[in-house]
Amino acid sequence: MPNLTLDRPAAPARGDGPARGRRRPRRVEPRTRAIISPLALSTPWGRFVYWTVLVAVVVVFTLVFVFPLYWMATGAMKTGEEIARMPPTLFPAEPSLDAFLEAWELFDIGLLLWNTSFYAVGGWLFVMAVDVSAAYALSRLRPIFGNVILGGMLATLMIPPMVVLIPLYLTIVDVPILGWHLLNTPWALWFPAAANGFNILLLKRFFDSIPRELLEAASLDGAGPVRILWSVVIPVSRPILGVVSIFTIVNVYRDFVLPLLVLPDSEKMTISVGLSQTAGAVGQNAILAGLTIASIPSIIVFFLFQRHIMAGLTAGGLKG
Amino acid sequence: MAERTVATGIATTGPDRRAPEGPGPRPGWRLGPSPGPSRLGRTRLGQAVRRNLTAYGFMCGALFCFTLFAWYPMVREFILAFQRTNLIDPPEWVGLENFRTVIRDPAFGQAWWNTIAFTLLALLCGYAVPFAVALLLNELRHARAYLRFVVYLPVMLPPIVSVLLFRWLLDPGPGLFNQILDFLRLPPLAWLDSADTALISLVLVSTWMNMGTATLIYLAALQNIPPELYEAAELDGAGVFAKIRHVTIPQTRLILLLMLMLQIVATMQVFIEPYMLTGGGPENATVTVAYLMYQYAFVYGGNYGAGGALGMMLMIVLLVFAAVQLRLTRDNTR
Repeated sequence: MPNLTLDRPAAPARGDGPARGRRRPRRVEPRTRAIISPLALSTPWGRFVYWTVLVAVVVVFTLVFVFPLYWMATGAMKTGEEIARMPPTLFPAEPSLDAFLEAWELFDIGLLLWNTSFYAVGGWLFVMAVDVSAAYALSRLRPIFGNVILGGMLATLMIPPMVVLIPLYLTIVDVPILGWHLLNTPWALWFPAAANGFNILLLKRFFDSIPRELLEAASLDGAGPVRILWSVVIPVSRPILGVVSIFTIVNVYRDFVLPLLVLPDSEKMTISVGLSQTAGAVGQNAILAGLTIASIPSIIVFFLFQRHIMAGLTAGGLKG
Repeated sequence: MAERTVATGIATTGPDRRAPEGPGPRPGWRLGPSPGPSRLGRTRLGQAVRRNLTAYGFMCGALFCFTLFAWYPMVREFILAFQRTNLIDPPEWVGLENFRTVIRDPAFGQAWWNTIAFTLLALLCGYAVPFAVALLLNELRHARAYLRFVVYLPVMLPPIVSVLLFRWLLDPGPGLFNQILDFLRLPPLAWLDSADTALISLVLVSTWMNMGTATLIYLAALQNIPPELYEAAELDGAGVFAKIRHVTIPQTRLILLLMLMLQIVATMQVFIEPYMLTGGGPENATVTVAYLMYQYAFVYGGNYGAGGALGMMLMIVLLVFAAVQLRLTRDNTR
């Protein structure tokens, strides 16, 4: 029977990566087989089929998922005339970076990247401060109505984001009671980002699993709740904090619809919105250069933090 | 988005109940005089009050954000649907008029039809393909890290990059897709420019962008199937397909069902693809419900009420799926 509960939140790097963190020994044993039996694979025919399939899969995956990106990057290095040429050239005849310079100026990519990183980093700090302390309170201080509040926070996960887009936009335009106008301010992204039930859930689950003795020891030493959170809980929760951080940053970077509505000022746009707004007015190779520049941070982040990102994907404890 | 919604697969009940009761830190006075506790902290009640005050202090930021930017918009959605709004006059209660307006809109039926067609097509590609791919990847013993990296790469890119890239690849003139067709001596297609192929083109883009998430989740599920089960099936003389049917699918049944629900909910909200690629055209062939909603609210001069009414209909449909999903999760964790 598959088990969907999360007994040890975000055990980093499930799968076949090197063992990290505290893992129970039986998890470490390498998987030896899947559907095809090792015996069938060891026959000459089996080996032949296996290698054929392997090569085919690698080639097809590269063509399907990497080649479009290659095509984008090299398209940006071609001249406008070469891009339109039929049949197309696999390599740029005279690779040049002019389109990148042009895109940098036309799209004002420096500003867009600066804006987006500011929103991402600021959002990250704000979201962590808000969600970690709330999850800590729900997990460890257990106030009255704590379960009701947690239930309400998790209920937001059921609401599809597109459906509440209009009321969310209206709220941002004119925050009720307070009368704030958050349009074109970073808070228009940061407040909604912090109202994320998934973060609360992941963090609370992890905090629940911290051994009680650890916190009691700190308490006996006279540490108050703030000190315990800062000096005990946060240091031992690094894996889950990593997962939540990366997802927060990546989500802010990738988000499109909300920033499209709430940051319409061209001085305040995110890179996604900026590219979409200007794309109609510039040459194809400049668009491609802009897209290439916009995808570089994503690829770097993915490259550096793959393990966290993939662990976060299955952090829902989706183990069959 | 999908990675976030996966969380709904997690039991919301269960371990919390078994978690340590009461506050983590124990009062210090039991072990003799300590400088910590104040006068308030000496009684049981006082201690509870203090604990609650601290807890709500910690939660005030989150409560603020959730109240104004998650819970209130949910309520406001219902209010909006029954009000008439434009950019000038104050909102006015109009009962069901918004619903009447949107249902009379000729694009309404078309939008629902497109959304359903898109969802079904996207499921056909986006549901079966990742599972098949995951099965295949799970068999391979080499290049696994590379293949996983590559399949998830499009998910990491900003959606706008994928969408604008495909707008170029699908260009009927010099686009890569038609060049390939030409190379294979097949007739070119109009892709996004023809009512016949526009929707399927959107499905293609959407699948390319999103299939990594599902693939990796299936892969994780497949890796947790105990090998003994396959060995036992082999002893009974099961072939490859019999093993898939009698071991793999039953073992991953719940995740398959969960992902089905998640994907229905995710694909029914499709917006960015029609918004950027086709603008709902040609001949309304790619107008989706979410796109129509956006049009009412932000293009046709602030008719938030009609948008709200449409959003409410979409929400009801999606909540049914979400409820099924929750039910599945509950059954599973019991």
